[in-house]
Amino acid sequence: MGKLKAFGLFWYDFVIGDDPLVAVLVIAALAGTAALSTHTTASWWLLPVIVTLALAATLARAVRKK
Amino acid sequence: MGTAFLLLSVFLACAVEAVEALTIVLAVGLTRGWRSALQGVAAGLLLLAVVVAALGPALTVLPLKALRLVVGGLLLTFGLQWLRKAILRASGYKDLRDEAAAYQREVKAAREAAASKKSLVEDWYAFTLSFKGVVLEGLEVAFIALTFGANQRDIPLAAVAAVAAVLAVCVAGVAVKAPLARVPENTMKFAVGVMLTGFGLFWGAEGAGAHWPGNDAALPLVLAYILLVAVGAVWVLKRRRAAWAS
Repeated sequence: MGKLKAFGLFWYDFVIGDDPLVAVLVIAALAGTAALSTHTTASWWLLPVIVTLALAATLARAVRKK
Repeated sequence: MGTAFLLLSVFLACAVEAVEALTIVLAVGLTRGWRSALQGVAAGLLLLAVVVAALGPALTVLPLKALRLVVGGLLLTFGLQWLRKAILRASGYKDLRDEAAAYQREVKAAREAAASKKSLVEDWYAFTLSFKGVVLEGLEVAFIALTFGANQRDIPLAAVAAVAAVLAVCVAGVAVKAPLARVPENTMKFAVGVMLTGFGLFWGAEGAGAHWPGNDAALPLVLAYILLVAVGAVWVLKRRRAAWAS
């Protein structure tokens, strides 16, 4: 069980890293882009906007911890 | 254009990871002897080869749209982590990575650890440390090379860039017999963070069904946008830090 947990924690840390908020926002942004793409072809702008906000949010959280 | 960015991104990312793995292997090899350290390197490379051999063909059979959605999401999550750390380092909120200091820490730990023999391995400590260094850093290399290569439908080209980067770092390390402290590692990490995030953004949007204006010609603009945002974030954080200090 200990090794299985360590294996899971390794992959969590490898993919998700220090701030799970980034992964949540990325998934939400991709889902939002996919939903918007069913209505219009001009849906490319949504992902850059949310990624910029995600970067700002994760930086703000990191700086607050310092 | 896409091929050049692919080669550059994979080469830079793999070189950065190889520098970190080299620091660990050099510290172990020069402090405790090369036999067990190189056994650890060989075992690590074997495991990575198995991972690449299993995942590589699996990625290429996925439909391109699904692949770009999944890989774009993973690269975005992964790239934003790199970018956050790189921005925090560049703005002074996180210590810069120092290979010479990392090497000294590894040497100190290697000198203090006791030796124990296990089957064919004379020094288990040297073996496991080298093995872990190669596997942990190598997994990132394999992940980046496979995802970039699969998305461009050119895994062999990505593999060539990855192997060239690792070989270049190894040759330099053997030549100087010291950690590559003069490699501009922090700047390279910043560039890799921008590229991982930019490619993740581009492919992720395409995978989600969006169409970029100008198609592939939009990629350099996406990368430039991420670079601009990252440099802007460094500027803002530096000013905040200076205001806080005064």
